[in-house]
Amino acid sequence: MEIFLNRYRNITVLAVVMIGQLFLLAYQVKTRQDVRLIRVWAVSGILPLARIVDLVRDNTIGLLDDYSDLWRAKEENLRLKKSLDDLKLENQFLKNELETADRGKSLSLFQAQIQSRTAAARVIARGTGTESKVVWVDRGSRDGVARGMAVITPDGIVGKVSGAYPGSSQVILITDPSFAAGVVSQKHRVHGTLKGQGHSVCSIEYIQNEEPVEAGEWFYTSGDDKIFPKGLRVGQVSVARQGKMFFREVFLAPSGLQGGMEAVLIVLDGVHEAIPDNPEVTASPELHLLKPPPPDSKLGMEANHVIRGVFSTDADDILDRYKRIGAAQGHEYGAGSVPNFNINPAPPAAGARPER
Amino acid sequence: MTELSDRMLGMRGRSRKYQLRPLVLLLVPVASILFQVYTPLFWGFFSFLELPLLVTVYFSLMRRDPAMGALIGCGIGLVQDAFSSNPLGVFGMVKTLVGFFAAHVSGLFDVENAVIRFGLGFFFFLFHQFSYWVLVRALLGQTPPFDFPQAMLFGLLNAAVAAPLFGLLDRL
Repeated sequence: MEIFLNRYRNITVLAVVMIGQLFLLAYQVKTRQDVRLIRVWAVSGILPLARIVDLVRDNTIGLLDDYSDLWRAKEENLRLKKSLDDLKLENQFLKNELETADRGKSLSLFQAQIQSRTAAARVIARGTGTESKVVWVDRGSRDGVARGMAVITPDGIVGKVSGAYPGSSQVILITDPSFAAGVVSQKHRVHGTLKGQGHSVCSIEYIQNEEPVEAGEWFYTSGDDKIFPKGLRVGQVSVARQGKMFFREVFLAPSGLQGGMEAVLIVLDGVHEAIPDNPEVTASPELHLLKPPPPDSKLGMEANHVIRGVFSTDADDILDRYKRIGAAQGHEYGAGSVPNFNINPAPPAAGARPER
Repeated sequence: MTELSDRMLGMRGRSRKYQLRPLVLLLVPVASILFQVYTPLFWGFFSFLELPLLVTVYFSLMRRDPAMGALIGCGIGLVQDAFSSNPLGVFGMVKTLVGFFAAHVSGLFDVENAVIRFGLGFFFFLFHQFSYWVLVRALLGQTPPFDFPQAMLFGLLNAAVAAPLFGLLDRL
């Protein structure tokens, strides 16, 4: 046996390592569970280093710029050139600061405006592999992040958390081939399933040929997938054509990935929202969205009433009608007697939903 | 045989086996994975660079021990898997094969020759991409496209990086 192992040592080691990994893979695929320990070790070992490198890069990039500018100034007039370059540097630095501040402001405004509870996170690394559609963010299970949570930006959805570790989380992007989410069109309320294609465009599947979808139309999350709350922007249809079988071929440019990704929001507690009639309203929330009215304002109360009326159900209508019947007859519900439900009560106040 | 063919086939360097320092064996793969996950965030161009693969090839070539090459490949691949969206083991298996075969062929060539290093870097990149594609299709049921012209181009770029990188690693 020993002679055999010595003679076939290399091939034995290869076989053992390959079979071991095959079993590891089979276990994960069969049980749909991750071998968390190995990932935690690897992530905890590497990502803190990525954070340190990021910190060093942040702090030294200005120093390197200074050095290169000084080098140039030395070649020409030392004092004048240096002063000019300093001004240029300052200008560039302030521009960058302004850009960063704008991006941060946009994110925090958006965070305050949406009803869902979110946590801001910074993208610190990218997944491995040349075709990777995965990024890593600096918020993890310690911050309340869990697997399956939605990841968004003010421009649209970005992906979902596919693994949460103590100080960081893995986010699978919407362009990844394994990504899927329920979506609905803004104009005709056509439901479909968004799927990643492995490149910059996503497809929307299971939309029947008879259903109307046009190029340029916006899609929003439908909330059907229990991951993304309803009403978040997904993107604009770039191609919509009749399919060969039953379903249309619809391709969409995701809006959440178009502006680059430095900071994102992780939806910790999602709240469904209405799909806006005009998608441009949410395009730049810091510019276009109206502030909520003050609570004691009469206009605000009317506006609230209108909103409530528009989204009220049949049960709300019946309840409203019974209240008006009771009020017309001076009847107090629960007092014992029964009011006459056959009378036609006064129409609702202006602004409320018209009676059907 | 000519002197050139002697050199290419490694008649003179075949018996030489490098002893890699444990710290180098640990830090270089970590640095390569750190490079792969961090650098493309700011310079997307670098996403073509499969540095963990080049490091696996280098260590396996220089150790000239197929069993050790397989283990090195397995370790680097599993850490790489931890940062991917796939289950653990895909990159692990691919790099195990790369490490094993790289160490196996190291006895046949003069692995200190820059041209040989370029050629091996190119070959093992294509081997890696193709094996990954086959494994993902066969074991995970996914159907990623195999872009052959892109793989060739990336292979050449990686091979171009491999030659100076191996020279740098020789000095560690």
